[in-house]
Amino acid sequence: MAATIKVELVSPDRILASLEAEKVMLPGAGGDFTAMAGHVPIATSLSPGAIRIVNGSDVQEYLVAGGFAEVSGTEISILAEFASLREEATPEMFQSSLDAAEKSMDGLEKDELAEATRRFSNLKMMVETLGRAA
Amino acid sequence: MPSLKDLKVRINSVKSTRKITKAMQMVAAAKLRRAQEAAEASRPYAARMTTVLSNIATGNRDNPEAPRLLRGTGADARHLLVVCTAERGLCGGFNSSIVRRAKADIVRLSGEGKDVKILCVGRKGREQLKRDYEHLFVEGQIAFEGVKKISYGEADQVATRILGDFAKGEYDVITLYYSEFESVLTQKPTALQVIPATIDAVDEAVEKGSNASYEYEPDENALLAELLPKNITVQIYRALLENAASEQGARMTAMDNATRNAGEMVDKLTLQYNRSRQAAITSELIEIISGAEALNG
Repeated sequence: MAATIKVELVSPDRILASLEAEKVMLPGAGGDFTAMAGHVPIATSLSPGAIRIVNGSDVQEYLVAGGFAEVSGTEISILAEFASLREEATPEMFQSSLDAAEKSMDGLEKDELAEATRRFSNLKMMVETLGRAA
Repeated sequence: MPSLKDLKVRINSVKSTRKITKAMQMVAAAKLRRAQEAAEASRPYAARMTTVLSNIATGNRDNPEAPRLLRGTGADARHLLVVCTAERGLCGGFNSSIVRRAKADIVRLSGEGKDVKILCVGRKGREQLKRDYEHLFVEGQIAFEGVKKISYGEADQVATRILGDFAKGEYDVITLYYSEFESVLTQKPTALQVIPATIDAVDEAVEKGSNASYEYEPDENALLAELLPKNITVQIYRALLENAASEQGARMTAMDNATRNAGEMVDKLTLQYNRSRQAAITSELIEIISGAEALNG
């Protein structure tokens, strides 16, 4: 059994998950990455996407509309404004985030616009995928 | 001297008032528990947010490129007071004490020649401040009428609003007024400056040296720019939840007092009722006896 890392996923109104895991896959701002025990300390914002918490054959998947993660060698804290278990997610849940993302693109330039557009398209993809699955 | 019938009517009306206040007290107690749970559930997120932010912000406070939300605009002339109160009354001095706290600051700031504006969140505070300070109100006050449970969405609504105004450069300093929940008996009216952000340095983190070794993605300033607005939303959310708990606590205490007072009043009135009844019976007896005496004599 490989060394485990403590994972905490919290949203403003509750703690969604708090457990030990082998590895965690996160949608970081600079691209997806996987964190395992002993990972270099990193603080990153999250793009909309899926967080996979892997423990052997047990995989928990959460969808987030953005947020922030702090990884240290022994601990990962994920702050997500809006998150939900993959199985419980519906397209409607992310619709308001999508609308907000669309609005936030107004009046931006270059880098910021690129960033906002990426956020928007990620979210859009998520909503559409969920819509098809439902 | 009120008649027996009048007394009876009064006793009954006080009794039904007592029933109402008792019921309100119990409802407040139940709601208080839920509000407290909500406030507690929000703590881990807020605590983590503060830790992370202070880690990044401590080194960046004097950085000229740091976001304005952290540094401020450099001026201190235009203040926005966000006064958060309840939607409903009958909760003791809860709303008044927040308003009093805000009024004290309005007077102080105006005295210093600052430009003061008021944004009320909640109907009661707006009604109380309207009397003296309607000319300072900003357009479009916020109220959460009919909102049963404060959610992150409500906080976001307030945050979006003030962040938008700040981005437009309408204010230099934004302060939040709400009531900190200490216990059922004590709620402390509090003023919290949210812009520029007040972030306490976390000493233990510095001691561990954990902030030195972090890698940031994207870079520190971009991260700060993203986290600071979120932090404001979280602060507002926390303030609203604290307020909700305080409101129910204050109502519980107020209604407990009201119930006790009503009970005392019922006792007093019942005593008076019984005395008058006795007096009436006695005087009737005297009349009968003296009537009989007169016939016999």
